[in-house]
Amino acid sequence: MVMKRLLLGAAALALSTGMAHAQYSDGKVKIGVLTDLSGTYSDLAGKGTIVAAQMAIDDFGGKLNGMPIELISADHQNKADIASGIARKWYDTEQVDAIAELVTTAAAIAVREVSKEKGKIDLVSGAASTPLTNDKCSATGFHWTYDTYALANGTGDAVVKNGGKTWFFLTADYAFGHNLQAQTEKVVKANGGVVKGAVKHPFPNADFSSFLLQAQSSGAQIIGLANAGADTINAIKQAKEFGITQSGQQLAGLLVFITDIHSLGLETAQGMMLTTGFYWDMDDQTRAWSKRWSEKMGGGKMPSMVHAGTYSQVLHYLKSAAAAKTDEGIKVADEMRKLPIADFFAKNGKIRADGRMVHDMYLAQVKKPSESKGPWDYYKIVRTIPGDQAYQPLSESTCPLVKK
Amino acid sequence: MMTILGIPTQALFGQLLLGLINGAFYAMLSLGLALIFGLLNIINFSHGALYMMGAFVAWLALNFLGLGYWPALIVAPLVVALAGIVIERTMLCRLYKLDHLYGLLLTFGLALIIEGLFREGYGVSGQPYSVPSELAGGWNLGFMFLPIYRGWVVVASLVLCLGTWYAIEKTKLGAYLRAATENPTLVQAFGINVPVMITLTYGFGVALAAIAGVLAAPIYQVSPKMGSDLIIVVFAVVVIGGMGSIMGSILTGYMLGLVEGLTKVFYPEAASTVIFMVMVVVLLIKPAGLFGKGA
Repeated sequence: MVMKRLLLGAAALALSTGMAHAQYSDGKVKIGVLTDLSGTYSDLAGKGTIVAAQMAIDDFGGKLNGMPIELISADHQNKADIASGIARKWYDTEQVDAIAELVTTAAAIAVREVSKEKGKIDLVSGAASTPLTNDKCSATGFHWTYDTYALANGTGDAVVKNGGKTWFFLTADYAFGHNLQAQTEKVVKANGGVVKGAVKHPFPNADFSSFLLQAQSSGAQIIGLANAGADTINAIKQAKEFGITQSGQQLAGLLVFITDIHSLGLETAQGMMLTTGFYWDMDDQTRAWSKRWSEKMGGGKMPSMVHAGTYSQVLHYLKSAAAAKTDEGIKVADEMRKLPIADFFAKNGKIRADGRMVHDMYLAQVKKPSESKGPWDYYKIVRTIPGDQAYQPLSESTCPLVKK
Repeated sequence: MMTILGIPTQALFGQLLLGLINGAFYAMLSLGLALIFGLLNIINFSHGALYMMGAFVAWLALNFLGLGYWPALIVAPLVVALAGIVIERTMLCRLYKLDHLYGLLLTFGLALIIEGLFREGYGVSGQPYSVPSELAGGWNLGFMFLPIYRGWVVVASLVLCLGTWYAIEKTKLGAYLRAATENPTLVQAFGINVPVMITLTYGFGVALAAIAGVLAAPIYQVSPKMGSDLIIVVFAVVVIGGMGSIMGSILTGYMLGLVEGLTKVFYPEAASTVIFMVMVVVLLIKPAGLFGKGA
């Protein structure tokens, strides 16, 4: 009896998909947001990225060529094994077509492997490391918001050109920190700067005084912070406590999110240079979107670049799936590479063969308390770095998909 | 310039001093844990969460009541102690007769709940808390710049730790407490209210954690995760010192701060694991801990 019903169901399903004009598996398009919902990165990514993805779905109209669009989410706790486990389950049993956000390099790379194997789309917003568009690249994988190359290139370049020739690094002792330090060192040396030393600190780490003291005695003009989140916040706060910034040495936060600045306060963070893929207060479009996002988050917060990037990537995925008239990974991916990206986040974005979404980056300086007009009025945009200059040139990519 | 293993002696002094400051936090927290374990037989895993609560109460008091740092040093421990007393009276008191494991599981669960609530309310990035103006600035010691605030932390922690040790080991009240742990029935027979004494002891141990939290607020961001980052290390400190040994936990706290400080100079990558290596070695050689009595 059960068997009969199953057969009947299968037949009906085969008929219905056969009859449908466009090819969408399971009669719906399903997007999963996989992020850090409880750990170190849950402010700069976290719940806000789920809200952003839902906004993209709503703005797209909630339906894709008549098919419903579904959104699910889960917490990968910044762990690669948990991330790949969830991705596998989503693809195999929950009919997920694309996974978005993916903060933390290790988690992003783990999901990249699963997506590649299943021919499904992964959209990376929060993770930073460049291997995602180099040896770990895939035909169905995309890197959206920023990467360590762009950060090093933006901040490193600006700081050396402002006279910061000698550097000392405080580096988070894991893949992302090493990657960010290596990228920045390259930029510093290329501009005639010197690296006087580096210390790899445990991740996560609360007390930076010892490392700051080592940086101080190195005599370097610039202390480069190749870390993120709470580590960066505590390092900056303690550098001020130990009189490091007052004595003439400068900090260069290589990955700083607006949520970090909010947490530190302008009094402590003022004057710092940083590179970002997005700032809420740039033009009417960014302000309007950010205000909507803020209201959905219960007010009192402004989006980070990861939040905005997640919206942009989900919206672009939906547009491409609509144009491709299917949710089949490889076909949608082809369409994504063809279509230009034009939204409030990326004005003139395009996707390269290696999966890198190239868009303008911004060199920003943190305002003085006297310059800030209110909460979240934190950045002065010093310079727009055109996408072509911000990201690693395709000629340097080690991605096998890049034809040379 | 003189050097030791390639490190200038002056820089080394600086690092040792920093190690001592971190040791001050370990000492205050492990003292509270040792006290609670010694007198209540509870492995208080929620200690880190209560330390975090101390810092948060200080931050909330500043932002919503306008209470500054100094009042917070009094208010926060009282509030947290009260919370601790409620926990002890409603939950922990049912577990004294059971295996240690039950207390550990309950307090671990509580820690997760408390941390989760604060995370839900305030996010993980942390809240800023400034150094009080009286203690701002620093001294140039020649070999390093010492922020006055960090000096204050060491002094405050020494006073607290030694005061607690004195009260327990040298006063009549302390004698009652120690007697009550040895033989509660007999002490009760002398007309001393043992359950109340135990409740107050838990409140005091927890208050110590809260004070450490307030002291930590201007140094670290006030963040829901600040306790869980620290608690595992503090447990290692207690194990190394000898479970339940008051002086042992204080001395071990400072000592391991120094060991960690030195590691940060010579091999920073191991700074977060060195304490556990010491723990393994100590457990192999002296299973009851450096200052523990018997095995």
